[in-house]
This record gives sequence, C-alpha cells and structure tokens, in this order.
Amino acid sequence: MQLESMYQEIILDHYRNPHHKGLRDQYQAEVHHVNPTCGDEVTLRVRLSDVALGENAVIEDVSYASQGCSISQASASVLSDLVIGKEVGEALAVHEAFLELMQSRGESAGDEEVLEDAVAFAGVSKFPARVKCALLSWMALKDATAQALSTGGDEKHG
Amino acid sequence: MQSNGDCRVDVAAVRRDFPILDRTVRGGKRLVYLDSGATSQKPVQVLDAEREFLLSSNAAVHRGAHQLSEEATGVYEKARNRVAEFVGAASEELVFTKNATEAINLVAYAIGNAAFAGPKSTRFRLGPGDEVVVTEMEHHANLVPWQELCKRTGATLRWFTFTDEGRLDLSEIDTLINERTRLVAFTHRSNVLGTVNPVDVLVARAREVGAITVLDACQSVPHGVLGVGAVNFPALGVDFAAFTGHKMLGPTGVGALYGRAELLDALPPFLTGGSMIESVRMEETTYTAPPQRFEAGVPMVSQVIGLAAATDYLTGVGMANIAAHEQELTELALAGLAQIPGVRVLGPTDAVNRGGAVSFNIDDIHPHDVSQVLDSLGIAVRTGHHCAWPLHRKLDEAASVRATFYLYNDADEVAALLEGVREAQRYFKAA
Repeated sequence: MQLESMYQEIILDHYRNPHHKGLRDQYQAEVHHVNPTCGDEVTLRVRLSDVALGENAVIEDVSYASQGCSISQASASVLSDLVIGKEVGEALAVHEAFLELMQSRGESAGDEEVLEDAVAFAGVSKFPARVKCALLSWMALKDATAQALSTGGDEKHG
Repeated sequence: MQSNGDCRVDVAAVRRDFPILDRTVRGGKRLVYLDSGATSQKPVQVLDAEREFLLSSNAAVHRGAHQLSEEATGVYEKARNRVAEFVGAASEELVFTKNATEAINLVAYAIGNAAFAGPKSTRFRLGPGDEVVVTEMEHHANLVPWQELCKRTGATLRWFTFTDEGRLDLSEIDTLINERTRLVAFTHRSNVLGTVNPVDVLVARAREVGAITVLDACQSVPHGVLGVGAVNFPALGVDFAAFTGHKMLGPTGVGALYGRAELLDALPPFLTGGSMIESVRMEETTYTAPPQRFEAGVPMVSQVIGLAAATDYLTGVGMANIAAHEQELTELALAGLAQIPGVRVLGPTDAVNRGGAVSFNIDDIHPHDVSQVLDSLGIAVRTGHHCAWPLHRKLDEAASVRATFYLYNDADEVAALLEGVREAQRYFKAA
C-alpha cells in the first residue's frame, strides 16, 4: 500500500544518518518542543550572524538533540540542511512552503526549487496523524529564531 | 450473540453484530481491530436501542409531565438499574457522567468543595498535612485530577512505584498509606501494562487508616475478572469507582461513577444547576439526593440507554467467558512476541493477574513507525504514551505500541499482529 509514499528513501536516509545532529555550544536561543500525543521531543538551538539585521540575519548554525520517529528525525535533518546559511526571512519562507505542503493532504508535490529534499515529505501529508511529526522541528525553528531576534542576540554557551 | 461452552465465546457469531469489523482499510486490507482499549466497537443492538428510544420516546428526563417525558424518565432510570446491577451496585449508587475522566474529576472537585460545604461533608475536607496516594502506573485521568486537588488544598501527593516486571511495588505500603492519608486512587487494571492490581490489599490498608479509595475501573469493567465474571464494586470494597461506556461496547459521551451510598450522600456537588436541586431561592439553594445531585443539566439519555444495552449484550455473552477468551488471546500474544528477537513487552510477560493490554517496543524502530507498518496491513493498534506518560518515563520509553483484545478478536488476528511485527522489522531492516 502507501507505505512507500510515506517512507521515501530520502527520508529513511536522513533518519539513519541525520545531518547536523547534536547540540553545539554557541547559540542565541534554545527551545524545547514536545509532541504531546506521542512524547517525541526536540531541543533546538540557532546561531545567527548579526541579530541587528533582523530577518536579514544569516542562520549560521542549527543544532539539535531529538528523539522520535523516523519522520520527525528525518525532518529535523532536512531542515538543518535547508536553512543553515540562509537569512532568517528566507528560512521562514521555506517553513511556510513546507507547512503548506504538509497541509495539502497529498494534493501538492511541493516546489523542489524551494524545498529540495523536503519534497520527499509530500506523502506524509496524506497521513494527518503524522503531519505533526514532520512539523515538530520546524515549529521549534520558528520559535528559536523569533526568540533569538527578540532577545537581542546575547550569545550563550551551552 | 451467544456463548458457546466449548470455545467460550462464539467469535463468528459475535462479529456478525459488529458490521464495522467486516470493512476493509488501506486499500482492501481486512480490518484487524486491536485498539479496543482506546475505544471498543459497538454492536447493532446498542445502536438499535438508542435509535428505538429516539424514534419513539425521546424527551428530556426528570422534567415535564407529558407522556413522552414519563416514558423517557422511565427508560432512563431503568437503564440506570441495569448498569448498576452490572457492577453489583444499587441504583442510587450509580451516577452518570460524560466519561470516566469526568467521574474522577467529580470526586476530586466535590472533595475540594467540602471545604465550603456543610458539616455533613467535613470528613472529605483536605488541607496541608493530609496526603493523597496514587500510583506511577495511572492513566492521566486518575493522576492529574489528584495533582490539581492537592494544589488547591495544600495536601501532599504521594505514589506507589512499580517493579521492573510491571507489578505495583507494595513494599512501602505501610509507610505510603499512613495516618495522614485521606485518599488512595489507583487503577484496577493498567491500560498500558495490563497489570491487575491487588484491590483487596490496597483497600484493606486504606481502611485501616480511614482513607477513601477511588478505583479507575475503565480497563476492568469492560473485560471482567478471570474466573469470576463481571467486576463487582461492593465486593471489591472500594468507596468510589469510575468507568466509561465507550470502552464496553457502549456509546461515547457516557460514563459512570460508583459511590458507596453513605459517601455519596455526604458528598457536596461538583457541577450545579438544573436537576440537582431540592429547593432554590435567590438567597440559597439546597441539593437533592444522590445520584441526581451529581447529574446537573439534562443528561445524555440515549447514550445511557445504549450503555444499558451494552451491559445486556456483555451479560448475554457472559463476562466470565469474555475474560477467559481474552486470557487466551493475551497468552498467545505474549508467547508470540517473546519469540521475536528485539521485541520487549512492557509489563508482566506472564499472563497471570494480567489483562489483555499488550504494549511493546521493537529495538531501533520508533513505535509510530511500527504502527504505520501495522496500519498498512490493516491492523489498528494504539501508539504513543497512552495517556500514561509517567509510566513510560519510569520505563525509560518515550512511547510504545499497544494491542488490546476484546470479545470479537480471535487467534488469527493475534497471528496477524505477530506477522506485522516481523514485517516492521523487515521494512526498517531492524532484524
């Protein structure tokens, strides 16, 4: 049946070999997000270049510690690939595009120009119970960048 | 719908009463429904009872003097008699609620209200220095209301832990339940581990110190007690007990609270308003007697009638038969899972004092992913922490997969589950 439409090889690859995983010491904001239905969790840190630039600040690093299902783990990995090196505003635009894809209930294939590997999650959108898994780290990223910008960017050391 | 002496429950006959079990899911797969612990399916007899009432006698109960109102009140109260009888209680000891969560909250809030109520309810008053005891294996519904009550009153929450085998650890019982203990709340049968708790031991100790007992019977009333039959609250000796309709073939939106008559009589109300009053003046209101004191507003009449039909159905099959049937399926599942490398069962691995909730995890595969593979094969199981997060924390598991069995399940479905587990291992190359 549709198992393969959810578990694309790209997703399983990211799940088995996650990119940028682990918490790194320099960051301006750290957030902890939980999926209350299953207990999956992610701690995510962001480091921005210069918070005075606001949404033009560059995301220099995203680091995370997480535990959860293949979808949530792979999503965090894909996210880090996508947003590191982008300006906050650009990253939020990618987040919007991903959110739209996840809410499409299988109707959208996603824009590969914008979403790159994240288009592999299109199949997940057909399973409403799993959409939250895919969005967990993205919600954390949105929260973390907002916190980093609002607190003026005092750098913390973990 | 009949029992058969040889194989205890005639599953084929039972299944004919549950049309949903014939449907297919996920592209033509036969549905294997192993999630009755979350909610059971409903037989046509329950739906027919609700429909018959709504088509012929529907009216608001306990108000009005017209014929329909009389009829509706009559069938509502008759339904109360049947449900009360099912759990061995007197009718005035059975309060209908929205669900078991509301039933437990009713007790917790009413106890909190005792601080402002008359002298009759002083025995319920809680304050600093008093203790409430629960267990670490509780469903959130029998934990959070007590945490909140302690917060409101200044009482202290304490709890029993459980052993690595998933049995309640009673080694500290005499210090945990002590002269400061005012209330002991615990589950009859864990919704995750399947463990059947020793109600007699806990009730005896609680009585020694004069503490009130509250039993979460959501996972025991629907399934009965092996070798005994239906759960009987007065025989268990508990003061209060909660169960829900939708886990026992009944509708959603109806549950029940059992309370010993003497205690219900002294308990102040939780929700107030219509139906629960004796006399209302602008200055002051007095309350009517139980059970109506605890049923403010127009109650869920057709659901109550459906629940009574569900108890009739279960009684027709026989609760002892159902318990024995589920015991067989549980033994099969535990034995089968034990033979699959990389699978660990949460809770007792022997089927002694253990109900048919079988939770497990597979090494290196997240429970969500396991259940997704099972779902692709048509097998419906629960995944997550099953509203028992502290239990999972204690076991150092974030979540688990849970299969639960009921009277309409059979050995083929257990075999399908076991094959599904192997398929998940193959799919994720974990074995």
